[in-house]
Amino acid sequence: MTGSILFQAIVFLAGAIICVSVAKRLGLSSVLGYLLAGVLIGPYVLGYIGEDGQDILHFAEFGVVVMLFLIGLEIEPKNFWKMRKTILGMGGIQVAGTMLLSYVLFMFLGFEWKVSLVISMAVALSSTAIALQTIKEKGLMDTTFGSSSFSILLFQDIIVILMLGAIPLLSNSEGGTTGENHGEHANLLDTLPLGFQTLAIILSVVLIIVAGKYLIVPMLRKVANTGVRELLIASALLIVFGISYLMEYVGLSPALGAFLGGVVLSNSEFKHELESTLEPFKNLLLGLFFMAVGASINFVVIAKSPLTIGGILFAIIVLKAIVLFITGHIFKLKLDQKLLLTFSLAQIGEFAFVLLSFAFNLNILNSGQMDMMLVITALTMTLTPIIGMVNERLILPKIGTKESIKRPMDHIAKSQKIILVGFGHFGNTVGRFLRSHGVEATILDQDSNRVDFLRKMGFEVYYGDATRLDLLEAAGIAEAKILICAVDNPDVTRRITKLVKSKYPHVELMIRAKNRYDAYGLLNLGMENIYRESLETSLTLAKDVLSKMGFRKYTLNRQVHKFIQYDEGILRRLAKEPKDEKNYIFKARQELEQQEKYLNEDFKRGIVEYDQHWDSEAIRKTLLKTEDNT
Amino acid sequence: MKKILILFSHPKFESSRANAVLVDHIKGIEGVTFHDLYERYPDFHIDVPVEKALLDQHDVIIWHHPLYWYSCPPLMKQWMDMVLEFNWAYGPKGTALDSKICFNAITAGGSRDLYCSAGTNTFSVNEFLRPFEQTANLCGMTYLPPFAVMGTHQLTNDELIQHAHQYGALINLLQQDESVGDFKDCAFLNDILQLNTD
Repeated sequence: MTGSILFQAIVFLAGAIICVSVAKRLGLSSVLGYLLAGVLIGPYVLGYIGEDGQDILHFAEFGVVVMLFLIGLEIEPKNFWKMRKTILGMGGIQVAGTMLLSYVLFMFLGFEWKVSLVISMAVALSSTAIALQTIKEKGLMDTTFGSSSFSILLFQDIIVILMLGAIPLLSNSEGGTTGENHGEHANLLDTLPLGFQTLAIILSVVLIIVAGKYLIVPMLRKVANTGVRELLIASALLIVFGISYLMEYVGLSPALGAFLGGVVLSNSEFKHELESTLEPFKNLLLGLFFMAVGASINFVVIAKSPLTIGGILFAIIVLKAIVLFITGHIFKLKLDQKLLLTFSLAQIGEFAFVLLSFAFNLNILNSGQMDMMLVITALTMTLTPIIGMVNERLILPKIGTKESIKRPMDHIAKSQKIILVGFGHFGNTVGRFLRSHGVEATILDQDSNRVDFLRKMGFEVYYGDATRLDLLEAAGIAEAKILICAVDNPDVTRRITKLVKSKYPHVELMIRAKNRYDAYGLLNLGMENIYRESLETSLTLAKDVLSKMGFRKYTLNRQVHKFIQYDEGILRRLAKEPKDEKNYIFKARQELEQQEKYLNEDFKRGIVEYDQHWDSEAIRKTLLKTEDNT
Repeated sequence: MKKILILFSHPKFESSRANAVLVDHIKGIEGVTFHDLYERYPDFHIDVPVEKALLDQHDVIIWHHPLYWYSCPPLMKQWMDMVLEFNWAYGPKGTALDSKICFNAITAGGSRDLYCSAGTNTFSVNEFLRPFEQTANLCGMTYLPPFAVMGTHQLTNDELIQHAHQYGALINLLQQDESVGDFKDCAFLNDILQLNTD
């Protein structure tokens, strides 16, 4: 059944499409859909995917790598520093607590201490892939639960380095050579003595940081200047592949290398562009990863000793949940937030696959223990989304939590997100004025040189083409309240505004228009807030001319306002006119004639006299008339 | 010689017949600063430090404006709201305007006899100007009765010019600072003896 690659691709894609859309229809998270799809197409149900499930799992781990790169991108070092207390505190408590309890559990179950230690390391880690995916899908990233989960996961992602470094020390086979459970390929670390291993690790980390600053960013700039979109995609992939290769070569986790690479690049102007480029790859690969996890659940192992596995599975979830709940309690999370945290991180994560197979290759685990733990890991991954759903549907509503999921007051600025597209002379002024009121817009601009320059000036500007939906999404269009389009090119403006209006109709669009004809086109697209860039400036100039000729300034001000209203009126009337081009030309001419007529009329009456406010002449005439009559 | 500041506010000076004549006569007199508020602040953004400095440099402040709906034009009120700050113009430390002289110079379409309990306007001009009087009092200024050109609708050009001469003469008197105390006793500054001797 499992013949060609094409057939496999069809199976995976079809499985994903069917199961995920069904899951979504039922209101479940996509993760659950992928996992169930994996079980379904796996060897024990439909059998489309055979023993090669493991290979696919290895390939799909690349999705985790890309995800960590993206996570790294989102963590600017200064934010990282701000979060250090929660990261170290919550993460530390969670990892230490879970390791301790599970170590005791496995010792109690009669495992060797080394085995217990390795397993407890694996158990302590949660699944960044599942938890973050679910949190993001539900839009809970800004809640305390969201940021707590993020902190804990981040700590785990970092602590894995130490774990991977520590496991060889437990190795049963001396001298660091690969044992009977040989790995896929020998790596650099195995060939080095212990002291040099540490050195190699440090060197490769330094290499990533230096290369990021002095190699990758300049390269991206060169690529960006060519203006060829797919080159940027290629570069993004090259970066991730390159880092992964380096890390694998050295013998470290590619995921961690990618994370580090992401952090290094998070301060560059390419942050958003990289994010939006890699996002689709990440999602597909993660989907594949989840499916592979589902497919790799070895039901034969389960069938052999269902009680043991069931018991350990239950014990692990309970134990992780307890530690998480206590962690949440120590950090004073509200009850509902604590429960969300407890259930969203109670699974064993994807790093367990890495840790366990690493330990297996080093002869610390035997194949029976390895199989058992892999099955348990996959099962926890499948079960926790279900438990989380039960929690949300059945438990949380009972403790009246819907209210408290709402953001507290200090999140208002964040929830009122403003996106400013185009940071030329026009957008620049808009951005500066907003900023002077403490409103930091997320800025998108196409010109990498300008982006670079403006960043030096301290602005938060990102590089990217805003006609792409995925870039807008990376910039957070889904949560945006207002999008300001200050782009110079009317065609680009039209494309962006059309796109946003159709995909995210809740976002209010404030649009710069070049002139009357441009505004006319935008009005026809259904846009409302249109700002003709030349209108007010030209009127201000005209006003100042008249002032220098002796007209009163206040009167001129009022006349300008009236003129704008009058002009907008004509514009909108014209926009409502039908699509017939000839008719429009005719109408436009008619309107112009009309405007000429109005102007002549104004001239005859005298524009200033037309308005009778504060003008006693009429009263005077009336009075004099009545006096004459009497 | 006392220095005089005329705070002039007219939203449509260009079509005011009476004020054109009045302003024409007093503009350019030595020691008199004519400050055209609507021309200076067409957007209503009053430069408070500049206004305070002006007040500092003068001894007599004239609120010169047409009487619209029994009060001053909005920019004049805006000026009061913005410039007369707490602990500057009033309040325990608000001594900046202490013992300066202050009054309203107004033009009104209705004649004087309409402004009484029997007239259509029920109250006297002085009663309508109470807020200004009290503002001056609170700021420690000496408030004088108004100089009022009334019934402007019916005034001929010659009559208007006569009023303008009186306005000029009043300003001269104030510059000499002879008998401000006596001025307080009449209903209108127009009525004081010195302006009506010839």
